[in-house]
Amino acid sequence: MRDIAIVSFAQFNSPIERQRNEVEMIMPVVGEVRDRISITKDKIDFVCSGSSDYLAGVPFSFVTTLDAVGPWPPISESHVDMDGAFAVYEAWVKLQMGKIDTALIYAYGKSSPGDIRRTVTRQLDPYYLGPLWPDMHSIAALQARQLLESGQITEADMAEVAARSRAAAAANPHAVVSGTESAEELLAAPRTYDPLRAHDCPPVTDGVAAVVLAAGDVARELCDRPAWIRGIEHRIDPHALGVRDLTRSPSAAAAAKAAGVADGTVDVAELHAAWSHEELLLRRELGLGDDVDVNPSGGALCANTMMATGLIRMGEVAERIWAGNADRGVAHAASGPCLQQNLVCVLEGE
Amino acid sequence: MTEVTLPARFDGLEMVRGLRLPARLEFTYTAGQATTRFLTHLAEKRIVGQRCPSCRKVYVPPRGACPTCGVPTTDEVVLANTGTVTSFCIVNVAFYGGSMELPYVSALILPDGADIPLMHLIQEIPAADVHMGMRVEAVWVDEDADGRVPPSLESIRHFRPNGEPDADPATYADHV
Repeated sequence: MRDIAIVSFAQFNSPIERQRNEVEMIMPVVGEVRDRISITKDKIDFVCSGSSDYLAGVPFSFVTTLDAVGPWPPISESHVDMDGAFAVYEAWVKLQMGKIDTALIYAYGKSSPGDIRRTVTRQLDPYYLGPLWPDMHSIAALQARQLLESGQITEADMAEVAARSRAAAAANPHAVVSGTESAEELLAAPRTYDPLRAHDCPPVTDGVAAVVLAAGDVARELCDRPAWIRGIEHRIDPHALGVRDLTRSPSAAAAAKAAGVADGTVDVAELHAAWSHEELLLRRELGLGDDVDVNPSGGALCANTMMATGLIRMGEVAERIWAGNADRGVAHAASGPCLQQNLVCVLEGE
Repeated sequence: MTEVTLPARFDGLEMVRGLRLPARLEFTYTAGQATTRFLTHLAEKRIVGQRCPSCRKVYVPPRGACPTCGVPTTDEVVLANTGTVTSFCIVNVAFYGGSMELPYVSALILPDGADIPLMHLIQEIPAADVHMGMRVEAVWVDEDADGRVPPSLESIRHFRPNGEPDADPATYADHV
């Protein structure tokens, strides 16, 4: 296996981006991710993006946004209709094949143009669940309800997750939500999607993220302390919610095992937990102890740029490794209803 | 369709052969800064492109980005209402929703000062006489009392020959 690392990261998140279209929003972030390591467009061997046309409501919008990376003369390029973390996986596989040394991955999503709660229902099966248009918070509430009623978590546990995330987000300039309320104060709020309260749910966010991957000595030239990918795996649970035990996420546990999360100390973990109960579930499935610093960025509860949230988790862990604040970290990305699909990436400094 | 064998308790039930499940999502489209500027200028009967600061090419309609250099295009360039036909198609087949009388000509027109052609209609000339290199000018829809037209490319009704001699093929060779 080749050694491959994340060597650069940039992001932009906003509660609503009214002025700029997707290309105009992406371009400065792609420019920043290149400028941070002084790499020029011609030194990028492969570009892979993650987005969903359903968010913009524009067919093939992912093709038009290629303008943001300068695709002419023709570049080597691919796209996944998934979170950018899964685009990292594709680029990682391509880098493993050995023909290229660098890859730029970007992901973006504007949730504001439509009603994101309704848009996300289109990922459900089209015959039984999709026609009911159950909004994404209600679907998440089903999982929270099962976790609560099985006695595995409490509403206070969920409020603790939210309070800690909101406090951490105050130090993150890229977060769109933060707060200083205690868990007790948060619990006093009314339930909005019973049993979820507003603080248990992610904010509407428009944004972009980008990373650069590099292999071996090229990574060492571009970055003083590359964040090496020591394991990256993804697994999938069944699509239909009715056949799953929603108090578990077997695919998250399987991905964590395959990626080698337990093979060393975990200093930091950034989890793609868009609802507070998901963090509690993921901690258990990934085998993270109480000593692990989880979501020091504030996580998806404080900025949830659809299709980029998972990629941002990778970037947040990588930044802490570059800075020497962590030696080994875990980045997690999810897709589908109730943590159906899970990707786990173990990053290490040297 | 493949026949399936159902349990006896389903005997006599009508098979479901299809489902009709309408879906509708509504979106607020953000044109973006570059397209907004382009449309705003159109309302004042000006065609405006943007120049790449790196390769100097002028794009119209501007998208805010240079696809060659991958950098923002910020300098606005007011283009002439005249241009050169670089390619065209005589449309003889009606399509659903089409409102044009057949045959009509859809053409790529390189506005003077631009580095990329616009697609628009050529009229006021028999279709058989349209040709590459033909010089044309924009015909705008009627102005309102303030001298403005709607902020839409449809405010250019069509292009028509402007009487100038054909352009030298070298001037548009890179655009065909």
